[in-house]
Amino acid sequence: MELGSLDVILKKAEEQNKQFWEIILEHDCRERQTSREDSFSTMLTMYEAMKNADNSYDKNRRSSSLLVGGDGAKLHDYIARGSCVSGTFMGEVMERAIKMGESNACMRRIVAAPTAGSCGVLPAVLITCQKHFQLSDQKIAEALYVASGIGMVIAGRASISGAEGGCQAEIGSASAMAAGAVAYLKGGSSYMSAHACAIALKNLLGLTCDPVAGLVEIPCIKRNVIGAVNAISSADLALAGIESRIPPDEVIDAMGEIGRIMPKELKETGKGGLAVTPTGKKITDKLHKL
Amino acid sequence: MNIFDIVGPIMVGPSSSHTAGAVRIGYISHKLMGEPIQSADLFLYGSFLATGKGHGTDRALVAGLLGMKEDNLNIPNSFEIAEEKQLKFSFYNGKGLRNPHPNTVKIQLIGISGRKLEVVAESLGGGRIKICQIDGLDTNFTGNYPTLIVHNLDQPGHVTEVTSMLGHKSVNIAAMQLYRDGRGGNAVMVIECDQEIPLESIKWLEHLEGIAKVTYLSLED
Repeated sequence: MELGSLDVILKKAEEQNKQFWEIILEHDCRERQTSREDSFSTMLTMYEAMKNADNSYDKNRRSSSLLVGGDGAKLHDYIARGSCVSGTFMGEVMERAIKMGESNACMRRIVAAPTAGSCGVLPAVLITCQKHFQLSDQKIAEALYVASGIGMVIAGRASISGAEGGCQAEIGSASAMAAGAVAYLKGGSSYMSAHACAIALKNLLGLTCDPVAGLVEIPCIKRNVIGAVNAISSADLALAGIESRIPPDEVIDAMGEIGRIMPKELKETGKGGLAVTPTGKKITDKLHKL
Repeated sequence: MNIFDIVGPIMVGPSSSHTAGAVRIGYISHKLMGEPIQSADLFLYGSFLATGKGHGTDRALVAGLLGMKEDNLNIPNSFEIAEEKQLKFSFYNGKGLRNPHPNTVKIQLIGISGRKLEVVAESLGGGRIKICQIDGLDTNFTGNYPTLIVHNLDQPGHVTEVTSMLGHKSVNIAAMQLYRDGRGGNAVMVIECDQEIPLESIKWLEHLEGIAKVTYLSLED
């Protein structure tokens, strides 16, 4: 593969005196035989769809299992009271992440990034950054190239599928992608984006995929919050000049390795962990009777 | 895989494999049919069967058969829309496939003209799919390219007939596969192309001796 490692991307960026996102944009133009303008406008369409999904959250919707919905509104009211322990910025990140996760479970339109189950992480982080730091759509689209470049390397070297690698491959990957994007948005170097990615992914290594009744609901929705918050703090660490002692590509390989040796009970089969707790089993039985 | 498989697709939730992939399987089957569908029998296997209902897999498949794509907000209402459009459908517990992929469906379709089609497809994750059988013969294609499927008798010359027609029409072949159930028996060729094939050429193929059936997946709306 042409861009098989973050190392290759960083080297290309340095040799050609370009930014991380430009390397990914040019790769896409070659790969899909398309123009820069066309590629860029597709990326803007993705961001537009993320914003639309964020705006069209409906607190009255419930998923078909009736288990989830409405938590985004609770969080919104809590933050509006000014009592959010982690402050307004982080509060908004959390609110957007949970809302998107709920919208997904309620069969609303979202952008898989990299998967539907992890669709809340990137928009929560990007939309909130855009609002608080007055960033243009153009700049956000550039950050999305950074995120998708990271995602491509992870998909190639490890996995972005919960069934293959557990939740670390879904929320972990989304969080790593978002961390790299935020580092870029806040003026960090390509090197810092790669290390933000590594730090974020390390923090979520080993995360299992054990959803109750096999649905993208429990614990997936709240995991989007963790993925988003972790992306912000990992970007802050990298922007402060802190490095991952284990190089980014090696962290990605470790994630892939952990996914391979993780028992299948914990990889989207509904046969372990939260799915087989007494309450998890009770919910599953009830849904099967419907 | 390209970057818009990573950031994207824009889709109706909740699952890229169980919802978006299922819509896509239905959509590709509808395109392969090439005419409105009057009835559909759907056999669910593995995880499609076990958790499909909670993921809206059933509604997603029917939405696709109605010609909807994965970002259509009407996917949750597909059963009601099918009734309006007089598409009859039934779901069954899948049996009889050997070691099916966890997300597999077999779809038996009858079109308004009486044309029949059977498709077996897998949802691979991230909304990507594979069509692995057509009318009982193995295939392996994604639906990302205009795809020509020709069922013919296993005799010399049919591949040449088809490929020289494509050459004449300046259609470049991206990938090509040949399968048969036995020497001199039924054969199928699956040809993924870089350009669309003109409709009259498809019709011409249908009338050749030794060609049993021609199915074409056009990506044009």
